[in-house]
Amino acid sequence: MKSEELASFLQQYFQHQFEKIELMNGSCFIEVSSNNSFELLSNLKNHPQLYFDSLSCLTAIDNGAQAGSMEVIYQLYSIPFHHSLSAKVILPREHPTIDSVESIWKTANWHEREAYDMFGISFNNHPDLRRILMPADWEGFPLRKDYQTQETYRNIKVDYQQP
Amino acid sequence: MKPTYHYTENNLIDSEPNKFKEENLRSEEMILNIGPQHPSTHGVLRLEVISDGEVIKEVVPHIGYLHRCFEKHAENLPFNQIIPFVDRIDYLASMNNEHAYALGVEKMLGIIEQIPRRVEYIRVLVAELNRIASHFIAIGTYGMDIGAFTPFFWVMRDREHILRLLEWASGSRLLYNYIWIGGLFYDIPVGFEEQCQQYIKYLKPKLQELEDILINNKIFIERTANVGVLPLHTAINYGITGPMLRASGLRFDLRKVDAYSIYPELDFHVPIGEGKMGKLGDCWDRTWVRMQEIYQSVSIIEQCVARLTSDLKRDVTFDPQALVPKKIRPAAQDFYCRAENPKGELGFFFRTDGRNDVPVRCKVRGPSFVNLSVLPALAKGVLLADLIAIVGSLDLVMGEVDR
Repeated sequence: MKSEELASFLQQYFQHQFEKIELMNGSCFIEVSSNNSFELLSNLKNHPQLYFDSLSCLTAIDNGAQAGSMEVIYQLYSIPFHHSLSAKVILPREHPTIDSVESIWKTANWHEREAYDMFGISFNNHPDLRRILMPADWEGFPLRKDYQTQETYRNIKVDYQQP
Repeated sequence: MKPTYHYTENNLIDSEPNKFKEENLRSEEMILNIGPQHPSTHGVLRLEVISDGEVIKEVVPHIGYLHRCFEKHAENLPFNQIIPFVDRIDYLASMNNEHAYALGVEKMLGIIEQIPRRVEYIRVLVAELNRIASHFIAIGTYGMDIGAFTPFFWVMRDREHILRLLEWASGSRLLYNYIWIGGLFYDIPVGFEEQCQQYIKYLKPKLQELEDILINNKIFIERTANVGVLPLHTAINYGITGPMLRASGLRFDLRKVDAYSIYPELDFHVPIGEGKMGKLGDCWDRTWVRMQEIYQSVSIIEQCVARLTSDLKRDVTFDPQALVPKKIRPAAQDFYCRAENPKGELGFFFRTDGRNDVPVRCKVRGPSFVNLSVLPALAKGVLLADLIAIVGSLDLVMGEVDR
């Protein structure tokens, strides 16, 4: 399906499950509330005409303290039908929590661990939510917009700009 | 006061603790740490192995030892200055990274249709040269992992010619900064096409030799066939892409599927695993698919050179930097673009605000990162020696895993 067809198909069959749909630069974006994101994503995977069998990418974005929100963005792709879709979930910046999609796509396991590591988003029902890239005793979440590096890590100065 | 660092056992345990606790193990099981400094882990990868004698119960990869904060850096740099950082994601295939990145930014800017065809052909030419170099490393080091020492020297010798060609074009051996947004750093040097032709002529018998001594070697087959079998549905569920997915039997190559750049004009086919020596999707199939891809890349290079010496010949008016924008400021949007790297699908997710020439977010979806995540599922119940064979067949580049 082309993006336009996909958008009208989604509007027809999944209208009550997402909040907003838009086309941007040739790709289709939907906005989902965090309450039913898991249900919608698993429906998108299992629907015989959509069949989004691969999760290309899962990432998060911090909109900063002013906006007070964070986003989790899923890039879905269907190998047999060759169509793709981006799903966006907006979360509050205080205690961002969302259901894990690890049980739908196994690849989400590490992507979600990375989002947890970098943004501090906690994923419900994740089997193994540990830090993945940073050391386990690192303080703070590095990709948040208001992140301040800790001064020292194990007596090693972190801020390399100061001699 | 001078900072002091006390080396204690507890320090190490706090920074990267094991997932499994010793007291929870059964009586015959033990925890074995492989890496982070171990030749067969291809970089700084640490594997926490729970083993019962020689049989592996669980593998937990610990990564992040080479984390260089690419995404944080990218949030503070203009688009054109990110390219040298993009080189360092997968440092064995920098040209492919640059190609994917330039493609994404050009699509966001909407100038992708205007890129001169000669520029696109040069891009594909250097990217395919780099793909061969990357596959050489994959095959050569894999042979070394499981005991074949000679092929490694052979592929390093042949790869050296590619590095010299690319150095001639760009000025550096590994990290090129050659493909720019909207064009190239410079036109290819005079005589480059002829040198490519000569190299291809030199390479073809060497490839046959490599296939004879390594891929079809009896010892190699016995070490790799029927080992680490990755079924197709598992591969798709784990998001595996690239030669690993194709070895599991799916003809899925983004060069064909997405038909980006000038790949639709080129004549090549996508090799897939056939399970010739064992089951479909085993370690041998993965290596064999990489070998077949080298042949396809050779054919692509021949076609590119043919075009570059006939209708897309160099002339004095050609300026590869003519379309390079002075100010790279895409409209406000979210955009995900992907391209076929030697390891798999390299994706970039951008968010731009339209007011700034710095991306708000630039996320990299590295193929090695995703391909490594299947290891715990793949290595359950195998022997320790087979674990080394499996890790080698994933073709990991830790720079891309940790970014």
